[in-house]
Amino acid sequence: MLQQLINSLADGFLLGFVYGLAAMGLSLIWGVMAVINLAHGPVITVGMLTTYLLFVHAGLNPYLAMIVVAGVGLALGLLIYVTAVHRVISAPHLSSLLATFAVNMIMLGLFNAIFGGDQNNINYSLGSLSIGFLNLTYARLLAALGAVAFTVFLYLFLFFTRTGKSIRAVANNREAAELMGIPSARMLALSFGLGSMLAAVAGSLISTIFPFTIFSGGPYELKSFVICVLGGLGNPLGALLGGLALGLMEGVIPIWMPTSWVPVVEFGLFVLVLVVKPAGLLGAK
Amino acid sequence: MRTWQGTLLSVLLAGSLLLLGCGQEAPKPTAAKPEAAKPETPAAAEKKAPEVPGAKTVTIGFTASKSGPLKTEGERQINGFNLWMEQVNAKGGITLADGTKVVFADKHYDDESNKDRVQELYTRLINNDKADFLISPYSSGLADASAVIAQQYNKIMVTTGAASDSTYSKGYTLIYQAYTPASRYLTGALDILAKLAPAAKKIAIIHEKDKFSTDVVNALKSYAATKGYQVVLFEGYDKDTTDFGAFINKIPPGTDAVMGGGHFADTSTLTKQLHEKKVNVKMFAFLVAPPEPKFAELGNACLSVIGPSQWEPAVKYSPEAAKALGMEWFGPTVTEFDEAYRKKYNEEPSYHSAGGYAAAMILQAAIEKAGSIDTDKVKKALDDMKLMSFYGVIQFANAKENHGLQTGHEMVYIQWFKDPKGGFVKQIVWPEAAAPAKPFLCPPK
Repeated sequence: MLQQLINSLADGFLLGFVYGLAAMGLSLIWGVMAVINLAHGPVITVGMLTTYLLFVHAGLNPYLAMIVVAGVGLALGLLIYVTAVHRVISAPHLSSLLATFAVNMIMLGLFNAIFGGDQNNINYSLGSLSIGFLNLTYARLLAALGAVAFTVFLYLFLFFTRTGKSIRAVANNREAAELMGIPSARMLALSFGLGSMLAAVAGSLISTIFPFTIFSGGPYELKSFVICVLGGLGNPLGALLGGLALGLMEGVIPIWMPTSWVPVVEFGLFVLVLVVKPAGLLGAK
Repeated sequence: MRTWQGTLLSVLLAGSLLLLGCGQEAPKPTAAKPEAAKPETPAAAEKKAPEVPGAKTVTIGFTASKSGPLKTEGERQINGFNLWMEQVNAKGGITLADGTKVVFADKHYDDESNKDRVQELYTRLINNDKADFLISPYSSGLADASAVIAQQYNKIMVTTGAASDSTYSKGYTLIYQAYTPASRYLTGALDILAKLAPAAKKIAIIHEKDKFSTDVVNALKSYAATKGYQVVLFEGYDKDTTDFGAFINKIPPGTDAVMGGGHFADTSTLTKQLHEKKVNVKMFAFLVAPPEPKFAELGNACLSVIGPSQWEPAVKYSPEAAKALGMEWFGPTVTEFDEAYRKKYNEEPSYHSAGGYAAAMILQAAIEKAGSIDTDKVKKALDDMKLMSFYGVIQFANAKENHGLQTGHEMVYIQWFKDPKGGFVKQIVWPEAAAPAKPFLCPPK
């Protein structure tokens, strides 16, 4: 039992970092511009597909491909912002929700037309690390490290660069930021790009652990919503903690009940937190 | 700024719509969510019969998993069917009792591995495309969904890639099974374990929660109980599962064997993750994936894994063996089929390929025996059928409670070995009498 508990906790903990990274992207976009990005799932899939294509066709190591994926995610985020989000950013929430949902459907349609619904697998096994009865796969360890690296990058960028500070200023008070000469439209676009970049990188990391289809981003988008609610909407650090909490839950719940009950508990908790504390456990009051 | 944004948006939308449109026109629509992209008229594929003067064309209809999670198995099945049709038509078709020449054509749709699509498409095959005979889609769940339509419209269907027993206990009279039933799929693996490790007592069963796999593992569980084994883990996973960490962590220490699986995609992933997690047991025995040649792509993870197979190129069925058993031989020999398949597709035939060929060959044998394409006469020929072919013995149950269930065909078990060059090869290891190689236990990790 102890062996199972420790292995499950370790697996869940490592995966939690990746969940957290995906959710941070969603949380950042919400925090800066109050847009719920329903195209988050397909952007995660773009990360998976880009890594897969670079690995299969260019022979690029999937962990190095992550750097390319970051660029693709950023560019894609900027494109989505410019084409679908910018015009509706000041409209009621429903408009931006529908706009990003439309992007979601367009992207899924494109994936379907180009790649089809088959399962893709990055056949790059690194084996595992055994310490006593604890067994950790290197794929999960590296994915967690990658997620931590991008989290640190985001933190340093937001808190120690002029552009990052500008983004935070726009998030706090857009009008005041504009009065101080900060180009808010550019900062909003960059925030959307950064959020998408985090989602795409999370997708890239997930693709090194599990096989995926063009629809695989969807479940991670749903998980990101649960994580954002757990960690507090608009709080990227809270999203990381929420991701870890969800990962641990997914690791530990199956010890005591059938694995198919995991989503029931996850989404039950989602509703419970929304009812008790609508802004999330670590969200503002 | 506003102008170029608008232009970019228009171009993006137009491009997307164009591509979506192309996707629906394409011969291979591949949505896993059919509701999202379901065309009004599904894209059909067909091979017309060759022009033979005075010949009647018989259309065989089916749906195939050309996309979705069952793609690997589905495509091999179509390959086998296409080879059969090419060969039989190349010989000028078959001649009926009244002297009419019959050549074959096919009409099929991509069912996207999706049960919801199957019933609609089979109704279409019968009513719109006027299919004379039907072959099932791949997998028990899809075949079960199509069987009810075939029976309802009084069409004979040979199921292949569909091993579940329960379809044949529903009172159908026109559905015939080419595969060995699911209840006999993994029981032989326990016999191998008993032979190699008599002290082994604990088995863990992790399986896909679909109709076929559930039938298999339920039969395995019952068989394990009769043999004195303790099932220490018995848990199912959803068909789209990719993270098996939670299941693997639940395997108790001291477990002797892990058995189960489901279909190719999930079982391959499960095998890979069991290897990465260094799960130390004496035996892994899984469904569907191990006999596929593509399983070797898992590298070291495939080593020692055992899998039941409906057919392997190394099987020993022959006209001489048929004669010794007092049975009729029908169709090509094992070598002829193997060579023709390799020549046409440049790959080793898997049991799914052989199953596709065999299903159509069974129909051919029944039509030849009946000398007619009349449903009642062909049904009678199928009910009376007892023959041996490259695929093995074919015979169907005739009792009301399991009509159409395959009773003649036997499973073989393969295991993956490492060859001296470092590559991986599969060998038949069970039953002992037919096996060129001896089974072995998993090396300690």
